Amino acid sequence: MKTMKRIVGLALLTGFFAFGTYAQDEVKEGNVKRVASVNLKDMDGKDFNTADLGFDGPVIISFWATWCSPCKRELNTIHELYPDWQEETGVTLVAVTIDDERTKNSVPMYVNGKAWEYLVLMDTNSDFKRAMGVNNVPHTFLLDKDGNVVYSHNNYAPGDEEVLYEHLLELSGK
Amino acid sequence: MKTFFRAIAALTISTAALAQEQGPAINGNIESIFQYLNEDPVIEALQPAEKGLLNSYMNVFYNDGKFKAGLRFESYLPSIQGYPANFDGTGLGMRYLGYQNDFIDVTVGSIYEQFGSGLAFRTYEDRALGYDNFLDGARVIVKPGRGLVLKGVYGYQRQGFLEGRIVHSDGIVRGADAEWNVNSFKESWKEKKLNVTLGASLVSKYQKDNREDLILPENVGSYGGRVKFRYGKFTLEAEHIIKGQDPSFDNNDIYNTGHASVINFGYSRKGLGIMLNAKSVDNMSFRSDRDEKLQNLLINFLPAMNKVHTYNLVASLYPWATQPVGEVAFQGEVLYTVKNDKPLFGKYGTTFNLNASTAYAPNRDYSVFNAADSNGIAYRTGVFDMSDSLYWRDINFNIYRKLNKKLALRLSYFNIAMNNDVNKVSDYGKGYIKTNIAVLEAEYKINRKHSLRGEVQALFINKVQQQVTDELGASSYKSVLNDKGNWITGLIEYNVSPNWFFSIMDQINMENQESVYSVSVIKDEDLRDTDLFGLSLPGVHHFYFSVGYIKEATRISIGYGRQRAGLFCVGGICRVVPASNGLTLSFTQSF
Repeated sequence: MKTMKRIVGLALLTGFFAFGTYAQDEVKEGNVKRVASVNLKDMDGKDFNTADLGFDGPVIISFWATWCSPCKRELNTIHELYPDWQEETGVTLVAVTIDDERTKNSVPMYVNGKAWEYLVLMDTNSDFKRAMGVNNVPHTFLLDKDGNVVYSHNNYAPGDEEVLYEHLLELSGK
Repeated sequence: MKTFFRAIAALTISTAALAQEQGPAINGNIESIFQYLNEDPVIEALQPAEKGLLNSYMNVFYNDGKFKAGLRFESYLPSIQGYPANFDGTGLGMRYLGYQNDFIDVTVGSIYEQFGSGLAFRTYEDRALGYDNFLDGARVIVKPGRGLVLKGVYGYQRQGFLEGRIVHSDGIVRGADAEWNVNSFKESWKEKKLNVTLGASLVSKYQKDNREDLILPENVGSYGGRVKFRYGKFTLEAEHIIKGQDPSFDNNDIYNTGHASVINFGYSRKGLGIMLNAKSVDNMSFRSDRDEKLQNLLINFLPAMNKVHTYNLVASLYPWATQPVGEVAFQGEVLYTVKNDKPLFGKYGTTFNLNASTAYAPNRDYSVFNAADSNGIAYRTGVFDMSDSLYWRDINFNIYRKLNKKLALRLSYFNIAMNNDVNKVSDYGKGYIKTNIAVLEAEYKINRKHSLRGEVQALFINKVQQQVTDELGASSYKSVLNDKGNWITGLIEYNVSPNWFFSIMDQINMENQESVYSVSVIKDEDLRDTDLFGLSLPGVHHFYFSVGYIKEATRISIGYGRQRAGLFCVGGICRVVPASNGLTLSFTQSF
């Protein structure tokens, strides 16, 4: 049994090694940041895997919280532009909230109260925030349809949405 | 055994195929904060012996959809001001390896996990706060299908980080959790209007009996269940957790059992959101070491039931954190956006937000205590059994209106009362601290790239009777402002999108008025006013300048000036940050 365990262990190691080399071959243009795979729920409790959101076009992932004023400013600003952005580029915005148990109940209240039309995912224990290397909110990522991060920005000041929009246009080839 | 090998082979191939298709995600981040502090007797700011302080950490995570790994190096040389004492040295502070597929998720190493709403179990980190209580051990998550998720955790908690090494808890923690989304049981139930989720948790800790005078329970359990209903636009969630006998430093070695219950109700539709919460907590401090205090080794999380405020006079002078020994709390909030079809509310509409929260002491019947009987039960209480002794009350509202393309205004008002004798946030506060705070915030967009933001905040505090002694030694009572008296804050922020920000903030403590602090502590009149470039300004000013440069995922900022003492809170936990005067450099990078 002991030898068996060793063999299994070895097989596992070689397996990971093999896939490691594969992976390296595939990475384009050096180290491209990719969206991490974390299971999250939306406000209705529906499951989503962040690496497999199933959208055809580009995706904006925006980390926010109900207690973060610049985050809300950013998402409220984009809210006004969102129908145009969607029409022009086919983009989907995923607003990932890092509100924890204390404040997560006010998320649906705020989102609906402000009539946002984003997909809102609940990162209650900051697992996705950690996996994406987010230091603090707001932090916004622009992903191509394969989940590669093509642009990210850690802050929000009025006007930043236009820079995001330029990158979005570039990505969708317009 | 052959099948096992086949499984491994299949697994390796599928992982490779997946990796080939997408490539792995290697993400991470770095943060570094350096402080150089001066001594400043006016605001009681001390200079650390080292003068310079430096906190740094770096995370790297590998994830390809199947295999995952992560680690964090941390460094405190020494830690920045106000950071908890048990963070020191340089080394590996977190690491894990894991494997996941659609059925199973196994992680070995440092584990962050939460059961239900966290009343039974939650391990998490907050680096800004200096909080990290991960479980060092193993975790398995199994998804057998039909909406069922099973979790198991086992390990020792991180108590601290000393001389660059993880310090573990004395006691071991074991936990199991099951959650079942009933609607996922049958395909035909999935689109039903009523959605039901059920859950149950069991957590247990073991710590050796280390007392000679008491017989302590070595295995202490906590268990309970939760339900979540959603019906169209309505949601109702409830969780109830019971904890076994757990004499500890927090509860003065009593043998009562504990409980925590939370009920949340929500209704929201486009333009309107309503939320009501209720909470009952008694004797629910649960740590993997019964002798620990402060924020160390908490196994569970008891969220404070009040709004997280963001304006600095509201957020960090008099905040409220859950009393784990006991409280009954309620909260309600409404958010309503009036659309642009009514001329009174402008082209862009107007948003109204009203929030109120209270917390009361639990009602306890101490007559059950019998000194002759050695059962150690100190009192009897019930779920939502509350007394009329007020701990906390907060009524606040704000109105936000975008006037035109360039200008938006937000007006806020807060009325807060808190019992400083129970939740001591200030050494000079007497009894109830009652404040009225008004804030006006304006956002002005100069052009596409340039914008301004300003805040004016004013805090007015209640009066109390304070004993004063005159020159002849005769004492009398005087009506003075509570704690440190009234405050005014002004802030101007100038942003150049997407790269720069500049800000100036001044927080003025109106020390020239008579307050508990000024009549009993500050005898020297000279310390009450600020001298700025030869200009004598009334009150103690706390000027703070900051400049930041942001390029995509890199952010560098420099701040210089005075920062008043305050409570820095995230979630349910607060940390006291002493007053400081000096330079702060911070660097963050995400990759």
